[in-house]
Amino acid sequence: MRHILAVLVENNPGVLTRVAGLFSRRGYNIDSLTVGRTESLNISRMTIVVEGDDLVLEQVTKQLHKLIDVIKINDITSEQYVDRELVLIKVGADPVIRGEILQIVDIFRARIVDIGRRTLIIECTGDEGKINAVIESLKPFGIKELVRTGKVAMLRGQKFTSISETKEDE
Amino acid sequence: MPLSGAEIIIKSLQEEGVEAIFGYPGGQILPFYDALYSSSLKHYLVRHEQGAAHAADGYARATGKPGVCVATSGPGATNLVTGIATAYMDSIPIIALTGQVPCELLGKDSFQEADITGITLPITKHNFLVNDVKDLARMIKEAFHIATTGRPGPVLIDIPKDVQVNKTKFRYPENVSLKGYKPTFEGNKGQISLAAKMIGQAKKPVIYAGGGVISSGASKELFRLAELTLSPVTTTLMGIGAFPETHPLSLGMLGMHGTRAANYAVSQSDLLIAVGARFDDRVTGKIAEFASHAKIIHIDIDPAEIGKNVRIDIPIVGDIKKVLAILNSKMEQHLAGDWQHKIAEWKEKHPLFYESNGSLKPQFIVEQIHDITKGKAIIVTEVGQNQMWAAQYYKYTKPRTFLSSGGLGTMGYGLPAAIGAKVGCPDSVVIDIAGDGSIQMNIQELATAVHYNIPVIVAILNNNFLGMVRQWQELFFDRRYSHTEITGPDFVKLAEAYGAVGMRVEKAKDVKPALKKAIEAKRPVLIDFTVEREENVFPMVPPGGAIHKMLGG
Repeated sequence: MRHILAVLVENNPGVLTRVAGLFSRRGYNIDSLTVGRTESLNISRMTIVVEGDDLVLEQVTKQLHKLIDVIKINDITSEQYVDRELVLIKVGADPVIRGEILQIVDIFRARIVDIGRRTLIIECTGDEGKINAVIESLKPFGIKELVRTGKVAMLRGQKFTSISETKEDE
Repeated sequence: MPLSGAEIIIKSLQEEGVEAIFGYPGGQILPFYDALYSSSLKHYLVRHEQGAAHAADGYARATGKPGVCVATSGPGATNLVTGIATAYMDSIPIIALTGQVPCELLGKDSFQEADITGITLPITKHNFLVNDVKDLARMIKEAFHIATTGRPGPVLIDIPKDVQVNKTKFRYPENVSLKGYKPTFEGNKGQISLAAKMIGQAKKPVIYAGGGVISSGASKELFRLAELTLSPVTTTLMGIGAFPETHPLSLGMLGMHGTRAANYAVSQSDLLIAVGARFDDRVTGKIAEFASHAKIIHIDIDPAEIGKNVRIDIPIVGDIKKVLAILNSKMEQHLAGDWQHKIAEWKEKHPLFYESNGSLKPQFIVEQIHDITKGKAIIVTEVGQNQMWAAQYYKYTKPRTFLSSGGLGTMGYGLPAAIGAKVGCPDSVVIDIAGDGSIQMNIQELATAVHYNIPVIVAILNNNFLGMVRQWQELFFDRRYSHTEITGPDFVKLAEAYGAVGMRVEKAKDVKPALKKAIEAKRPVLIDFTVEREENVFPMVPPGGAIHKMLGG
């Protein structure tokens, strides 16, 4: 089963290596890992999508906790959450077929962010299913280049993955 | 007055109560050695940086205090790696300080540059690269805190040369604040009550004690638990000394070369109380058949150890000393029954034994070492047959008297670790029980022992073989002794060349007199015991087998 972990880490040099190294040496499978700053200056947040049964997840979580730079881990899989990925797709787009592409972009509420002589760059955000669907729809036009972020995710409503004292959700 | 980074390191070490450090100078650690020159800190110059790491480790295991080793950048730092990994696998608190090229040369493949924080990432509990002298004191404080609390382990601090030279105001922090590091010391009360109840109902309990009992200083509490519940106690290699092996409830070591009594007891038990142990494959053998009739209580400070290898019925995360104290307070005195009789019967029927055939037996030598030291020496081992015989045939009664590389199995550990142990415990007799293979991996440290007159005794069980590997070849590879016959120098002459005392013993009757002479010499001594060449370590669980199905012994 796939799990989504929201992990708060100290924004120290090497913290990504520590986390990534842990996964590789213990043989855990990362589906995706994103990392970026948070509302606090010294704290970064990773969203890690990891494949494994409950036993594996328990070990992943415990081993992550052993890293001194890891502050907090939430497995949000079984909670209500919002998750998003972003994709940039460069498709072949001769003027004659642009209309068709624009329709697809419209349907997925994606955006065109660059127009070249023979290409378009399309930006789309959404959950994994939507991103997969937009990619599938654009394939027939010839995808020249594609880049997608991993997943970022956040709990809905009054639950938090943050270290602010008052709102902590354990 | 501002201090240089080098002076700050010295002051910080002194603030931490460090008395002895083991190291080797070099270009990028020169400012530190310059500051050391005028300080009162005692430094031991080893002959290879690996020796420094093992000496710090031996010091830590013997004293319970963190050991400190120092090396220069690049090759100095990489030479520490095996020693750091050894300490990591056995959860030993050591602090490794390494010089590094100046900050502006980092990442440029500079002379003697190695990414030592990168290299040691998987074998340290944590490590630091100090970029700014202002962070130095705090990082040293954090390093000692991390190394010695929770589940102990090695911490490395990499210090660029310019950071050692730059100056700042020195104030050693009183507290550390690490958001991501808060070990759990107090065990969950509810869980402890459940455990007490389960122990109360058990008919065939066994205590399985590991190195965590020793690092937690919980031997007394363990002893009390065993006596209250009349549970037999088996220890891992790392747990040796946590429970007196002379006690009627002692089963000795379990696992691959454990006693039959220990392995039978675990296999038939209805409750296994695992205390500070981690269900290593050398202990469990075939995991599906390990303690297969037993419920398992697991007490450990490291939550990641719980459920890692076997399913646990009652996990208790916390400091063993604290958890056992509470657990004991909930226990009533049990009475002896069938189980205790069964244990006594197994012990009676299946003692460790070897055949005496007139030749000099390695097991006999270990027994003689036990006799002459009255079981009070600190025994350090190398790795292989020597290590197993030292574990089996010496009866340990106190924690921190058996020092051995258990997890990593590092040949060459013994001599430098013995030096570290003797520095930490100058009043104890310290004996390195060695093989003729292992001793050659760090024999250069004899020079260190002689230089500082650290009177360690090296007892080589010399069979001109890499004995344990040869034993496996005999048993599992059709006696094809591929590259396991090994020659050594004339160890007696070698010892003398180093300035140590060298002796050779070939007959059983000469063993004790030689040991007596060695202990009285008050100088480093090496005794080369010529032993039966193809003696095997028994009993033995074949790799991957169930632990109650043992060969020999």
